[in-house]
Amino acid sequence: MRRLTKLSAVAAVAALTLAGCGGSDSEGGGGDKPAASDDVCKTADGDGPKIGLAYDVGGRGDQSFNDSAYAGLEKAVDEFDATCIEGEATDGEAESAREDRLRNMAENDATAIVGVGFAYSESVNAVAPDFPEVNFAVIDGFDPDEEANDNVAYLGFAEEQGSFLVGVAAATKSQTGTIGFVGGVNNELIQKFEAGYAAGAKAAKPDIKVEVAYIQESDLKGFGDPAGGKAAAAGEFDKGADVVYHAAGGSGSGVFDAAVEAGEGNFAIGVDSDQYLTATAAQKPFILTSMLKRVDTATFDFAKSIDEGKPLVSYKVYDLKADGVGYSTANSVIEELTADIDGYKDKIISGEIEVPTKP
Amino acid sequence: MSRLDVRSIGMSLLAPAIAILLSIVVTTIVIAAVGSSPGDFWSTMFEVPKPRLRVDIVNQTAMIYIAAVAAAIGFRMGLFNIGLEGQYTLASFAAASFAGAAYLSGWANVFAAIIVAMAVGAIWAGIAGVLRTTRGVSEVISTIMLNSIAITLVGYFLNNYGVKEGNSVHTKNIEPGTSVGGFAPFEDRDGEIWTLAIIAVLVGVGFWVLLNKTRFGFDLRASGQSESAALASGINPKRMILISMMLSGGVAGLIWMPAFFGGARNYGTSFQVGLGFLGIAVALLGRNRPVGMLFGALLFAFLSVKSNDLTFGTDVSPSIVQITQGVAVLAVVVTYEVVRRWRTRLEQRAVSRELAPTTEATA
Repeated sequence: MRRLTKLSAVAAVAALTLAGCGGSDSEGGGGDKPAASDDVCKTADGDGPKIGLAYDVGGRGDQSFNDSAYAGLEKAVDEFDATCIEGEATDGEAESAREDRLRNMAENDATAIVGVGFAYSESVNAVAPDFPEVNFAVIDGFDPDEEANDNVAYLGFAEEQGSFLVGVAAATKSQTGTIGFVGGVNNELIQKFEAGYAAGAKAAKPDIKVEVAYIQESDLKGFGDPAGGKAAAAGEFDKGADVVYHAAGGSGSGVFDAAVEAGEGNFAIGVDSDQYLTATAAQKPFILTSMLKRVDTATFDFAKSIDEGKPLVSYKVYDLKADGVGYSTANSVIEELTADIDGYKDKIISGEIEVPTKP
Repeated sequence: MSRLDVRSIGMSLLAPAIAILLSIVVTTIVIAAVGSSPGDFWSTMFEVPKPRLRVDIVNQTAMIYIAAVAAAIGFRMGLFNIGLEGQYTLASFAAASFAGAAYLSGWANVFAAIIVAMAVGAIWAGIAGVLRTTRGVSEVISTIMLNSIAITLVGYFLNNYGVKEGNSVHTKNIEPGTSVGGFAPFEDRDGEIWTLAIIAVLVGVGFWVLLNKTRFGFDLRASGQSESAALASGINPKRMILISMMLSGGVAGLIWMPAFFGGARNYGTSFQVGLGFLGIAVALLGRNRPVGMLFGALLFAFLSVKSNDLTFGTDVSPSIVQITQGVAVLAVVVTYEVVRRWRTRLEQRAVSRELAPTTEATA
């Protein structure tokens, strides 16, 4: 019995601490946290609006979703002297913890509060009616009940349009006529990426073959599993693919590694933020481009609407036209393709091409 | 004898006191090591919580306590049920689906859903019990695997049969009449203490009665202390393993019920994960005793809820309280062991003192 207790103590402590490591943020990645002193909220003291930013699990330093929101915040502080207040989520936190975070911000005189990630949909819905003078926004969010909130904006993205563009890039770059897609979890959201990617590839090269693999059927672990991402991508490279696009959050680094191992002439495509900038030196030459989901644009836009006194409310989708999605040109390899890609971009913006959201 | 009683009570308080002191020291060192101010941290943590946080602390304590009792049922039997996480995930999903389907209305629906939750939790834990009794598979291994399977299953069902809304999926919302809410001790916007937090009280009292006042409780403790002795006194160990595993799982099924009927409406983004593991930790902290676990649950709930204030008042990450919690559990186990050895040595010395004159006489 005593041995059991000791064993279980070790296991329980491991569970507690490891739980902290396995951030299952749907779009997050790992990485070093920037020092707290870099925080713009510590130094900002302008007389613009006060912006509250409530992060999803992973927080600042995830090189993806949350960092992108922070970039938008920084821009807002720069451009119209905003001040700000931030709140970090912990893994496995209660719904009440999210609500408390939002209320804290409202009570600390924030006039614009952004919940980063759809997990804030419910808590914003509960808190917003209590603070009618404060404006809220939820990135990727939705209104969970029938009563519309007149002080909440739901900021979504047309991920399929951005994916279409990198699909064009992949198909044009491909020598073998086969390209790949690796999704983190087989759900509605990630299928949007797949659908746009495949459509873009087919538009550029009608006879292209697209290999599709998902790391997990439903477990959100698929977004934080580099080994799984590597295995899935390696399988596609083996089947003859020479460009693989991933929509798998933190698992993406495994996809990049698989491209490195597949050797010269093979490429991977990043997602959400410009992953060329955060990749290792070995991976960089293999990252053709990244599909950008401009959470920073949405965050800045929302802050700006508050500053101008015309707050955003209800649903808004950030598409190509609004510069809400796009692709990165950080790697010079992409330069020869940009004319092509931008041609498709114009067609999507003008409505000539309609991008499907389901594969 | 009475002198020894006073001393043993003193000693049983000594271990938790040392453990808490130790976790405070370690947390302080960690915070100082990363360059933040431990003073800020502790003054924020020890500030009297705002009314809405007091409500949250009560609610969280209730859920953590139920989880701890579920773990303790297994521990007292010598079974290590790490599967609480999977059991309550699957049970919560099943109960939410059942309640959302609205076969019944009002309280009948609530009671039926709770029974569904207990049944599903019990069956899921029962699988590990059957594997252990028939095939000799360690419940540690099987319950870990069952955790993964449960989470995958729930994801599969949600993806295929759930209600899709924006980027998330959830079970069908329950009708407003089925939500039993709670009572607001402060202003309305400060939130409600969930009505079904009462489950925690019932489970705690039930656990104490079961252990101390029933034949089954005696069998359970006997089997936990020595399986061979239990067998010799006519207890069927296989039956005991299966029953206590299922009982543990059934209680685990209740973990999320207070939150669900207190305002969550569906199984979706508001489902709280990790309570199963917290329960195991709190059971260890409270030494599997009903009252001890209550204090443990309160401490953990207080730390988790209060940690939210850290992001505003200090530059310490709220995740730091996970270190405090982890160290507290580890320290409790270690200090109990140390105190126990020290006590055994004291007793041995006392015995040898008593015996010393007689030995001399015979020599």
